Amino acid sequence: MTGQELLESISRLLGAKIQSRIEFRHETTFSIQPEDLREVAKFCRDELSFDYLIDISSVDNFGDEPRFEVVYELYSMTLAVHLRLKLAVSEEVCAVDTVSDIWPTADWHEREIYDMMGIRFNNHPDLRRILMWDGYPFFPLRKDFPLEGLPSEMPDVAFTSAAPMEGGPFVTQPSTATAKDREPRAKRPDLNQ
Amino acid sequence: MPQTTAYDSKIEGNVIFTQLDAAMNWMRKNSLWPMPMGLACCAIELMATAASRFDIARFGSEVMRFSPRQCDVMIVAGTVTYKMALAVKRIWEQMPEPKWCIAMGACASTGGMYRSYAVLQGIDQLIPVDVYVSGCPPRPEALLEGLIRLQKKIEGEQAFLNQKPKLAHELIPDIEKRTHPTPSIRGGVRGAAPSTSSVA
Repeated sequence: MTGQELLESISRLLGAKIQSRIEFRHETTFSIQPEDLREVAKFCRDELSFDYLIDISSVDNFGDEPRFEVVYELYSMTLAVHLRLKLAVSEEVCAVDTVSDIWPTADWHEREIYDMMGIRFNNHPDLRRILMWDGYPFFPLRKDFPLEGLPSEMPDVAFTSAAPMEGGPFVTQPSTATAKDREPRAKRPDLNQ
Repeated sequence: MPQTTAYDSKIEGNVIFTQLDAAMNWMRKNSLWPMPMGLACCAIELMATAASRFDIARFGSEVMRFSPRQCDVMIVAGTVTYKMALAVKRIWEQMPEPKWCIAMGACASTGGMYRSYAVLQGIDQLIPVDVYVSGCPPRPEALLEGLIRLQKKIEGEQAFLNQKPKLAHELIPDIEKRTHPTPSIRGGVRGAAPSTSSVA
């Protein structure tokens, strides 16, 4: 079976579990329901040879409903096929089943998502923060978290305070202008000379 | 029977007179043992400074100690995250007096390009810094320049008064009037505030 045949067969085998299928530059993305995740993940690993979980990431579509997306990047070593699974997670639920028993590498990926985005993973064996310290009260990658941070205090562990932005962040606008004109600028025009 | 004297003529020519402060400062400044607080890419330049091409041993600071108990100068080389901040402070507090601090590079001095929720905006918010070295990362020459400026700063310190204030006042009641405070050093490396030993 070739990779292309495999991808064609997935649609047939999973049928109604796939809500949508997107092809972009030879990459296939399936949207699935969060309730179906474990079933689809096991099927992909055991029946379809997706033995490698490259990454799990999360997206905050702040203002939209459902707010979050969790994205799983799968790869089949034997057939050299890439597959992306996406699931939408609402802010009220804010939890997804773990896949760390299916792909052990998911353990730390899921901890990072919990740390940065605040999405919990049901039945995760060790759902602690991984980058920030236990007790840090915010989820820094959420869109409503300010770039400069917020003050916090954990005695004898760590403290944080808001960074002085001084008119930043300084951003580059994509264009065909010269390098000089494309230099990063403050968003407030009165701060640019 | 050789005549015994109180004075050994063999060393007669080698006696020099100096001030106690000058002698102490001279000994201190020429063997500053660094605490290599390497936290990011500046640590690579710090290693280059210690290696043969730039050779920090020329200035007496080749003995990088990994125990704070044996260190004189903490070189904070890199980005200090909030997660690491109190650990850096604790290591600083474990260093015996007298001690000095060099903030190496933009991150250690001000947070650098990391205007971020995760990064301490300058190690001087936690520990007193004697010399700030600019650069991202600074070249080894710049760090050596910072070290030389720290040595110049140590030259002007009231070593005896700071080390033994009680004894100094007993011996010379008006010692405060008779010695000069630390001169400030200004130049290519930012002039540093006088080191204070009890900054929280």
